[in-house]
Amino acid sequence: MFGGFGLPHLLGIVVGALSLFFQDPVASEPASPPIFQPGAPGQPARILTATEAVSMGRTTFTEGDVRFMQHMIVHHAQAVEMVALLETRGASPVVRALGRRIALSQESEMALMRDWLAGRGLPLEMPGMGAGGHSAHGAHAGHDMAGHNMADDQPLMPGMLSPAQMRALAAASGAEFDRLFLEGMIQHHRGALDMVDELMSEPDAANDPVLSGFAASVVADQSAEILRMQSVLSDL
Amino acid sequence: MFVRNALLSSAAVLAVLTASTAVQAQNAPVQPPSVGVDERSTLSPGIADAGQASAGMVLEHAMRAPPGFYDPETIFVVPQTQEEANAMMERMRSDPNRFSPLALANTDMALSDGKLFVGSFHGFNAYDVSGDGAPQLVMSVVCPGGQGDLSVHGNLLFMSVEENRGRLDCGSSGADGQINAERFRGIRIFDISDMSAPTQVAAIQTCRGSHTHTQVPHPTDPNILYIYNSGAANVRKTGELSICSDGQPTRNPETALFSIDVIKVDLTRPQDAAIVNRPRIFADRDTGRVAGLWTGGRMGVASQETAPTNHCHDITVFPEISRAAGACSGNGILLDISDPENPQRVSDLFDPDMAYWHSATFDNTGEKIVFTDEWGGGGGAHCTANDPATWGANLIATVTNGRLVGRNFFKLPGVQGATENCVAHNGNLIPVPGRDLMIQAWYQGGLSVMDFTDPARPVEIAYFDRGALNAEKLTIGGSWSAYWLNGRIYSSEIARGLDVLRLVPSDHLSAAEIAAAESVKLDVINPQTQTRVVWANTPDVATAYMDQLVRSGGIDAALAQQISAVIEGWRAGEIDPLAAASVVASLAVTAETQGVTPLAARRMKALAEVLARATENVA
Repeated sequence: MFGGFGLPHLLGIVVGALSLFFQDPVASEPASPPIFQPGAPGQPARILTATEAVSMGRTTFTEGDVRFMQHMIVHHAQAVEMVALLETRGASPVVRALGRRIALSQESEMALMRDWLAGRGLPLEMPGMGAGGHSAHGAHAGHDMAGHNMADDQPLMPGMLSPAQMRALAAASGAEFDRLFLEGMIQHHRGALDMVDELMSEPDAANDPVLSGFAASVVADQSAEILRMQSVLSDL
Repeated sequence: MFVRNALLSSAAVLAVLTASTAVQAQNAPVQPPSVGVDERSTLSPGIADAGQASAGMVLEHAMRAPPGFYDPETIFVVPQTQEEANAMMERMRSDPNRFSPLALANTDMALSDGKLFVGSFHGFNAYDVSGDGAPQLVMSVVCPGGQGDLSVHGNLLFMSVEENRGRLDCGSSGADGQINAERFRGIRIFDISDMSAPTQVAAIQTCRGSHTHTQVPHPTDPNILYIYNSGAANVRKTGELSICSDGQPTRNPETALFSIDVIKVDLTRPQDAAIVNRPRIFADRDTGRVAGLWTGGRMGVASQETAPTNHCHDITVFPEISRAAGACSGNGILLDISDPENPQRVSDLFDPDMAYWHSATFDNTGEKIVFTDEWGGGGGAHCTANDPATWGANLIATVTNGRLVGRNFFKLPGVQGATENCVAHNGNLIPVPGRDLMIQAWYQGGLSVMDFTDPARPVEIAYFDRGALNAEKLTIGGSWSAYWLNGRIYSSEIARGLDVLRLVPSDHLSAAEIAAAESVKLDVINPQTQTRVVWANTPDVATAYMDQLVRSGGIDAALAQQISAVIEGWRAGEIDPLAAASVVASLAVTAETQGVTPLAARRMKALAEVLARATENVA
């Protein structure tokens, strides 16, 4: 199953991993107990082989899952960009600390998303999403958008700031910047929650535990951040 | 090296604005935790052969995951060339099922009748740990659906199922479609009375699945058991489960958000177990508004659209004191569970440095609670030098006049790498008399023992860590749960299996303190159902108190000498009653002396009591 690629690097690592895991048998070790798969309540259990058990742990992914990850990378990148503006334009240390946590969270999650896609041999962005990997600038909102006026006010994805909004943010400073930042980030976070809702409403979405766990933690962390931003905003 | 001094300023600002109390200074200024580079920061990577570092504990056994529960390909390899990428995509097309590092992750644990049960996203395994050697695998059950939080009561094993792919028949073809009668998300009940023939006897569906659950005994009826279910996932469609509907409570008063599920189990008929209540534990006490906890600032100003504290991640109950501590997304809460079917919120805590309240652990008296913040959900590398020491950490609170008060933070002191997912996670108390110690998992941050006897000055006293699974890219792994169970530390390692560790004496923990902890043996341990530990009256317990007093300079050398002599006589079977009475009297007097700290006084009194009782038994 692992042969046929002829890539010493890949093969070596896989073989290495295999041998490390299978290295262990002790002559006097008793045989492992059978592996049971219980039936539905009241039904009898079956016995599985180890191979069958392992294959049951393999999960699929959908096009929707892939799109979600590709889009969320772009979505997160804008949050990071907004926080970068905060460094030079913001006034409040509370807002700055908040921004720092958001940036750390989202940068870390971007790495997770990139690894998820790369590990499946999938591109980091879908065609038409913009040049290179840095399509957080709403200005290159895709060649399929008609008219500059529309693109200027159009967010690329749910909750994202439009090019006009980003420009306004960049032009502000002090308390005014803090206010625009918080309002913008709350809008941005809500968009992320909407993206998760949309994903979870698709059939067969998020079968992969890493993806479903990630989506759940996006909801958990960003909901809590919205709470904090709302409270800070209400007292600015 | 990162030491945060700004903690108090941001906390103070928001403390003025919020109803509840964030971390604040006591008589002396609170020193926030510091993290820095130590030997844990430079360990070599590897799956089975990573470098290790430890202090105060030793690794006794490292059990690989059992057959059927590890997949050699779960550790991904990133394609380095176009050929590799093409080959990988070819494999994908021929085998659409792909591997996920979490699908076989080892998760939570419980102990019952000499058997350790280790949950997994894939099902669970049971090990015989009643002997002295390595744990012996005695049962493997495959039933996919994550996350495998489990508990045991008698012959019944309860398991939490959260994911969309869960099925009633423990199958793996997933549950397709938006509405599927075969889908299962909720609490499963297995009958394990026959270890060679486990069966599923019930599957209680819940609206948001089950992320974790907690057993709550009935106050008087031993045949009834309650399960508090915490569902954190998306609400299921009404067409799939009729009691479920979504949305904010202002628009949908029947929403499945803003509650926990209380399931009642008749232990004589577990197949009839059912939800009996879905209490609105976040409701505002004055207005009755269901989404009562969401405002951190001036009431009513913030938008009604988003109300983040709408579920609990984990609830720990302490039935003997009728209290439960809930870690509930944006808040920590304290509940009165005198009537288990109707838990009542009595206090709540908000702190700007807590991202996602994850779990709660009481001290042995219920006066202190350690809340954890699972910033990033466990998938992020949040113990690097860049990550502030008050984020993704523990918040130690006290229950003062019935209300929660935050005291200080604690974070894993040893900086971890950028490819090691790390954040505070599950743990429980190590029962050393006279101290509040908690063993805890930090994912790839490894294990840490935190002393929180002084809640404002928590300190690490022991640790164990391995190098990253993969130095090139973040691969989710590390310890999910680390628990002290009947004398040993067990750690369920997501990727590597099961570790067993033993505490060893150090400057921070004496042999007698360890012996006193190891003497505590319980038939059943479900870590989120805490029970008060009572230590037998033994020389080890006495020595433990004495070691603590000597370590902190609470008694002078002469008195320590006298106490040692009495205890040695006791160990030899011949306690000297006159000498004992003399030290008991000296301890009583010293405890009342000016300048003796309350903690030292408590230890002196406890020690005096142990010795007094020892002589009573003789007389």
